[in-house]
Amino acid sequence: MSDAQTLTAPEPRALSADHGARPAPPYDTDAPALSVPAPKPLLTIRPRSGWSALNLRELWQFRDLLLSFASRDLKLRYKQTALGVIWVVLQPLMAAGVFSFVFGKVAKMPSDGVPYFAFSFAGMLGWNLFSNIVTKTSGCLLGNQQLISKVFFPRLVLPLSNVPSALVDFAIALAMMGVLLVTYRILPGWGLLLLPVWMALIVALAVGVGLISSALSVSYRDVQYILPVALQILLYASPIAYGVSAVPQRWRNIYFANPLSGLLEAFRWSLLDRGQPSPASIAYAAAATVGLLLLGAFSFKRMERRFADVI
Amino acid sequence: MSSSDLALSVYGLSKAYTIAHNTVERHVTLAEAVLHRLRRPFHRADTETFWALKDVSFDIKKGEVVGIIGRNGAGKSTLLKTLSRITEPTAGEINLYGRVGSLLEVGTGFHPELTGRENILLNGAILGMTKAEVRKQFDAIVDFAGVEQFLDTPVKRYSSGMYVRLAFAVAAHLESEILIVDEVLAVGDAEFQKKCLGKMKEVATGGKTVLLVSHDQRSIADTCRKTLMLRSGRIEMIGTPAEVFKHYASVARPERRTGVTYGRNLGNDAEICDPVMGSATYFSDEPIQILFSVLKKKQQPRTLNAIAEIVNASGQIVTVVTSLQCSVIIENGLQRMRFIVRSPRLRSGRYSINLALEEPETLDRIDDALRFEILPPRDRAHGGFRLLHDGSIVHADADCEIAAA
Repeated sequence: MSDAQTLTAPEPRALSADHGARPAPPYDTDAPALSVPAPKPLLTIRPRSGWSALNLRELWQFRDLLLSFASRDLKLRYKQTALGVIWVVLQPLMAAGVFSFVFGKVAKMPSDGVPYFAFSFAGMLGWNLFSNIVTKTSGCLLGNQQLISKVFFPRLVLPLSNVPSALVDFAIALAMMGVLLVTYRILPGWGLLLLPVWMALIVALAVGVGLISSALSVSYRDVQYILPVALQILLYASPIAYGVSAVPQRWRNIYFANPLSGLLEAFRWSLLDRGQPSPASIAYAAAATVGLLLLGAFSFKRMERRFADVI
Repeated sequence: MSSSDLALSVYGLSKAYTIAHNTVERHVTLAEAVLHRLRRPFHRADTETFWALKDVSFDIKKGEVVGIIGRNGAGKSTLLKTLSRITEPTAGEINLYGRVGSLLEVGTGFHPELTGRENILLNGAILGMTKAEVRKQFDAIVDFAGVEQFLDTPVKRYSSGMYVRLAFAVAAHLESEILIVDEVLAVGDAEFQKKCLGKMKEVATGGKTVLLVSHDQRSIADTCRKTLMLRSGRIEMIGTPAEVFKHYASVARPERRTGVTYGRNLGNDAEICDPVMGSATYFSDEPIQILFSVLKKKQQPRTLNAIAEIVNASGQIVTVVTSLQCSVIIENGLQRMRFIVRSPRLRSGRYSINLALEEPETLDRIDDALRFEILPPRDRAHGGFRLLHDGSIVHADADCEIAAA
């Protein structure tokens, strides 16, 4: 036989027929038992569209992963730094120090009758909780591209895993705040009992903002450039270096449109028993926070199905 | 087949990717997107839809080990990604009758700064194990990877072999009913690959279902009883590995030139023409004859080398014959060449031949240029030849001559 090609006659088994919507598996040569009702599958994957439920149950199943990510974060944070975990305390101290000099000494901003250093440190405490979570959550998808394109897990796990480590930082800085209160002999009032509420609201607000920006950052890398600037503006637009009392009355309405204003003022009031958080501003801030958190979670969920394809 | 045996079923699965034609239409920045929308609010970008998967349907029974083959871009990875829920299908439905664990890449989520112990816990969690499951399997994982002494060393100090072993070990101990593995056996040394394949088989005999993508035909043939071939996003064939690979070899190489070709104009300085086998079948002790012409268009400073590779049914090159090895100089113009492989020592079965011209850059290459079959020995007593199936390439005892055109 001179033409070797005859040995390679095309396989008759190759499939070319177009399948209908639900064809019987075409290769199945065993007797098909289609009359037997199929058992309920553990999971059915179908294309989704539009808004969908958050599936908190699945998120709960992956709680170990969330904690693993969080502990990875903590373990890695200060590896190969000389001062290690001291940085957690040093960072807000240094920031409060700069504020004390610039705003307290040079600009002579009012601090509602407490030493300016303790005043600005209390503000920084709440602000750092917020900005740490926002910064980390918004970068977490881009920072874990490999994972997103190669492993399945509820995508919400990634941004949420930044919360525990931010809370650890917060707890350490809060202990430092306690030291300051003792040093300056400041006695917090009953308002201290509400501190966990403000804390929870600040975290929720930060998560809401972080979810939106992280989901957007997958398609639009602009987010990583806008965000630091926006945070910088927010830092000065919120009562951190100064108290609400320093804001002219006619600007107050606009000032409190920023939900962080009400929350940070209330936060400082709980610690120092100074300031004037109005119930209206707090109610508004709480509503805005819940709204942003829900918007963030659902829009994240809506955008997440494109993450692996786009990132 | 009773439907309660099903591990997973896929109906009409399709996945489309949108490819934008015009770079302006793909908004990399938010501002561009906003500006574009403002300028042309109702304009839809000129895009093309690329179907990575199109109307794929198949069932897999519990305890089956299924190999998935197909050339690059055939949709293998997209299939695995939709099955493991990394990306969503555009149409169709997947029913999973068990927990899916997938290993699409070895060591995803490993962190170089963390120790082996920390990485086992982290990676286990990433792959979907609970802490309790990882704890339970911890010793087995460490044992499988053989990294006991280095458990508390950051993995960045591991050798690549240790790293890969540890990463695979974690995944191999997933307690999911369905295991999806993509091309990860291509890593590690031969011994470890063998160990991994053994583990896969063991997993399957334990009643788990395994889906395995591999380019290595031997590992699929050794591990799987069923093989699925994808081509351009569709299922081309489902069958036994032997059947499917036979078909694969005959169709799956459009990226290279295949088969006999005449009158090509490749613009190369030399070409292979008219390849012919001396015979389509040989006995194992018979010399094999390969004939082809070489058209050399201009004088080159370096010597042109004609090469024939004999490839067995699982795609391994078992023998190589070259004109240089036989000290044959290829002159300018058209020449008829004849390779005679005197004692091929090949086991009975089907073989194909790749032809190439090198100097040393490849000037021309035809994969699957020719095919022949080695028949079973005529009498058993005579079959005392050495079998070559360890994957090594042997320069056969061969002659090359310029034949009369």
